[in-house]
Amino acid sequence: MSVQLDARPPVRPAVRGSARQLWEYRLSRLDEKYSPYLYIAPFFLLFGVFGAYPLAYTFWVSLHDWDLLATEHQFVGGENYSRLLADPDFWHSLTNTLGIFVISTVPQLLGALWLASLLNRRLRARTTWRMAVLVPNVTSTAAVAIVFGVLFGRQFGMINWLLDLVGVGAIDWKANRFASWVAISAMVDWRWTGYNALIFLAAMQAIPRDLYESAAIDGASRARQFWSITVPLLKPTIIFAVIVSTIGGLQLFTEPRMFHSGTNPIRGGSLRESQTMTMYMFENAFAPHYNFGYGSAVAWLLFALIAIVAAINVVVLRRLGGVDRPTRTRRPRKERSR
Amino acid sequence: MGVFPRRHLAAVALVAATALLTTAGCGGDEPAEGGPITLTVDIFGQMGYQELYKEYMAAHPNVKIVERGTGGTLDEYSPKLTQWLAAGKGAGDVVAIEEGLLVEYKANPQNFVNLLDHGAAELKGNFLDWKWDQGLTADGKQLIGLGTDVGGMAMCYRSDLFAKAGLPTQRDEVSKLWPTWQDYIATGEKFKAANTGASFLDSATNTFNTIVLQTAGNAQGYHYYDTANNLVVDSNPAVRQAWDTTMDILDSGLSGKYSSWSEEWVSAFKQAKFATIACPAWMTGVIEGNAGPAAKGKWDIAQVPGNGGNWGGSFLAVPKQSKHQAEAIELVKFLTSAKGQIGAFKAKGPLPSNPQALDDPAVADSTNAYFSDAPVGKIFAAGAKSLKPVYMGPKNQAVRTEVENAVRTVDLGQRSPEQAWADAVNNAKKAAAK
Repeated sequence: MSVQLDARPPVRPAVRGSARQLWEYRLSRLDEKYSPYLYIAPFFLLFGVFGAYPLAYTFWVSLHDWDLLATEHQFVGGENYSRLLADPDFWHSLTNTLGIFVISTVPQLLGALWLASLLNRRLRARTTWRMAVLVPNVTSTAAVAIVFGVLFGRQFGMINWLLDLVGVGAIDWKANRFASWVAISAMVDWRWTGYNALIFLAAMQAIPRDLYESAAIDGASRARQFWSITVPLLKPTIIFAVIVSTIGGLQLFTEPRMFHSGTNPIRGGSLRESQTMTMYMFENAFAPHYNFGYGSAVAWLLFALIAIVAAINVVVLRRLGGVDRPTRTRRPRKERSR
Repeated sequence: MGVFPRRHLAAVALVAATALLTTAGCGGDEPAEGGPITLTVDIFGQMGYQELYKEYMAAHPNVKIVERGTGGTLDEYSPKLTQWLAAGKGAGDVVAIEEGLLVEYKANPQNFVNLLDHGAAELKGNFLDWKWDQGLTADGKQLIGLGTDVGGMAMCYRSDLFAKAGLPTQRDEVSKLWPTWQDYIATGEKFKAANTGASFLDSATNTFNTIVLQTAGNAQGYHYYDTANNLVVDSNPAVRQAWDTTMDILDSGLSGKYSSWSEEWVSAFKQAKFATIACPAWMTGVIEGNAGPAAKGKWDIAQVPGNGGNWGGSFLAVPKQSKHQAEAIELVKFLTSAKGQIGAFKAKGPLPSNPQALDDPAVADSTNAYFSDAPVGKIFAAGAKSLKPVYMGPKNQAVRTEVENAVRTVDLGQRSPEQAWADAVNNAKKAAAK
């Protein structure tokens, strides 16, 4: 394969009529026109196989009464969706998901911003500190969830023991809806605050130093510099972090699932205290219902919800700061998976 | 970023290499004809087969056996098995199926080898009649699985805590304390009054399940579904009776609220935080595993209050997707034979479903050193042949989950018994309709 590396258009052959030259000319035109598509094709192929196809197939499944083990699946149209919209357990799981999302994401991003500004100062052993904030992110989610599940135990948990020392009565972290949200949010924040701090730090370092110098000459305090220079210039990065946190937060599964142990943990407590949407999807698509169609409908509504919340995020953040384009700063590409 | 020609070539090469590798990865990993084969056995919990595998492999040098899932819970295992079956790939050559889930797999029998086509019919005499029948599809034409164990009931208790509370500690005397569940509650109240720092029982759900299977077995022989597969949670007196008994237990404040199978439940075993636990035969292995060697000789086994009952028990089946069906069927026959069931009983305590095995001195005269040398053979095996099974309907597992969760909400103080009963009925109906 001959690869056209020169960006300039090929020189048109002076002499017409030479078949070989014409052929070469056409070939190089083709090459120029279509080879870029070839280069980007691997992504789209993989996305097609692992992204678009499952998405479409899930939609197809959601239109059926689809028992996972049965050989025949009856087409039911939108029935799964209409049943789902009238299903109080579904709305309950939606409330849980949004509740945990808000309780975990807001302090997480504020904490990350604060950590990043600390790390951006002149510190001793700066790299060590910067590496250290990422350590929680490297540990396995399941291990984190199990350890936190034990810490937040009703009778043998360390948190309740500490609360007892200061005279606060034991809290049943798993059977109290709000308490379980807080416990799960603590897990999420422990894991993701450092990660977001590093993203903010990278963006902070791209802010020119002279802005701070002139602000300092004008007598601006550290706090004033932070709110008037750092935060506005970080806005594109903040949008990125908010959207990624939204996607991760709304898909929360491992933490609440592993937080509950014992019989049927997928319910997230006997009254579904902390059952998220993904857990509700799993409960329906797999044990104990094996109703794949219904589970797929949950998956699609979750997809719709994420799209809506992400759109709201962007609109709100743009209103707040008047950021025109979120593409100015180079942003990390790493996808966040939970 | 400048783009260099070499990058392009490298990228093309990388894509090509990836494609090649992916294709190569799809190649079979089957050994050559006549070579040794590997049989995978998927189980949950403890089946006690390790020694039996060794024996089988010694007799069949071309077979290697790998067990997966040992020690895992049924909640982790059953979705995986269903996914493997649905995908047509991934399941072991031999899979264990629990009684309560068997109904759902039987509804789609095309996923399993019909053992009747492989000479299993002649083995009928090796199993308790009802255990054999459970393995058959509704039309009786396909045998999905051969039985492994049954779950005869007892009541396990900690004699050290009983001594502390001033209660009798000898198992015969303890059995005399509770001929009925009301007597069990009365004993619990005495225990509670002694303030030992431990609760009388672990949590309500296991006890409820024991009572409901017992009352249903002694009455019509069904609990949540009748034998015509109608949901009868709200109209079956056996269910309501078990519910009321359980509510009495909770009302007396005897439960430790350690949600069964949770991390706290396991910790409570280790720290001796409760004195009794409803104890189907397979539970003895669970107690030993959870309470650990330190509690050896502190646990003992008495008669269950009320009268008999069966909880649980499993089957071994061969999925159609297995590439070594003939060899897998042979292994299933070996593991479910009298010899196999005796071996499993000795290793981990699951009670045989094979009448010959139940009569065998190795089972009938056996004692369990962990449980203060309790005569487990006498306690469990003696009643096993008269066990009354309970019929399980199509969505048994989902319905049971709803009812047990309702029990738990009362146990945790989240719902009053009447509210919880309404939840149980409504949620069971909803689950059955899904």
